Amino acid sequence: MSAPVLFVIVGKNEPLFEAEIDTQSSAAGQNDLSTRQNYFVLHSALDLVEKSAWTTNNMYLRVVDKVNHQQVSTFLTAANVKFMLLHGGKGEEVVKNFFNEVYGYYVKLSMNPFYKYDTPITSKAFDARVRAAARAYLS
Amino acid sequence: PASRTNNTNTNLHQPKRNPPLLDLYPPLTFAYNVQTMSRPTSTNILDRNLGRSGGRSGDVSLSAFAYIYSELVQYHQGRAASISELERRLESAGYGVGLKVLEMTAYRAKETKRETRLMSILHFVSSSVWKSLFGKAADSLERSIDHTDEFMIIDYEPIASTFVSVPQDLGSLSADAYVSGIIAGVLDGAGFSARVTAHSVKVEEGEYTKQGGNTMTGMLPRKDKAVFLVKFSPEVLSRDAALER
Repeated sequence: MSAPVLFVIVGKNEPLFEAEIDTQSSAAGQNDLSTRQNYFVLHSALDLVEKSAWTTNNMYLRVVDKVNHQQVSTFLTAANVKFMLLHGGKGEEVVKNFFNEVYGYYVKLSMNPFYKYDTPITSKAFDARVRAAARAYLS
Repeated sequence: PASRTNNTNTNLHQPKRNPPLLDLYPPLTFAYNVQTMSRPTSTNILDRNLGRSGGRSGDVSLSAFAYIYSELVQYHQGRAASISELERRLESAGYGVGLKVLEMTAYRAKETKRETRLMSILHFVSSSVWKSLFGKAADSLERSIDHTDEFMIIDYEPIASTFVSVPQDLGSLSADAYVSGIIAGVLDGAGFSARVTAHSVKVEEGEYTKQGGNTMTGMLPRKDKAVFLVKFSPEVLSRDAALER
């Protein structure tokens, strides 16, 4: 896929982490307009996530929204932290494995006694690992 | 006037220059190089294993916990102006722990499922969370007859108050306020906001069924059991009722 994927972690009130990951190694400068559009699409899918959050007790919510050719997949942790991925139609298994890996990193990060729940994630190590996982699973 | 001792470091102003390692210790250099390549000094928290085996390796001695906990209580006692403020401080100390315990226990359970129903989250708290914190499931989970939104989790051997004696002037304070904070953290994190309070209730005759005394601490069975009263907020109940249909 030539389009980059947008991965956002959303807490109760605000996004906690954002990463726009270009899975192609040659990262041409992303068009500013489509970046903003991507964020908009992803955040507007939050309502749908809320709606389907209580209907299933799976953590992986699959694709919750489809806009044009892009899809939003969501993963919900036990503490209702939403991992959302805007992508151009990756396979379900692939996205699920990516989410599981990031979930592992997130739980380890939350074990840090200095990390307060529901606050923005500023750890560079976390960012590096999420990008590495994205490149490993989503390209 | 060149002196015969020209080559040696006789000049005191010049710092003694150590010869490079390579010259003096060739065998060790090889080991030194290997050491720098593997970088044992820094392990990022994100690389460490979470110990999914069920936490056997994470056992901490009761006395160590009691010691730290007593320091925590004394710290807050010195800063709180009233009994309820002390209780609130202990509860908020436990709240953060509850949030982390929720994530950790759910992750360790390995099945990527969350709890969406009231009864299932209560079962999760009284069995999985209790097991990961205290090594055994809670002794019982009851629903209050008078109020439909109240539940009780009962523990006959609450470790937070095992070595605590509450003086008369502190009245109804339970040292288990920390644990009720933990429970509140778990419930809040999962989306079931609740008010959790700890109460110390006298054990009835014949109610305590454990044989052979208290196996955990080797002391006599406790006279009081800890009852954690969980009162859910109305929107949680209405959401759960809506899901029932």
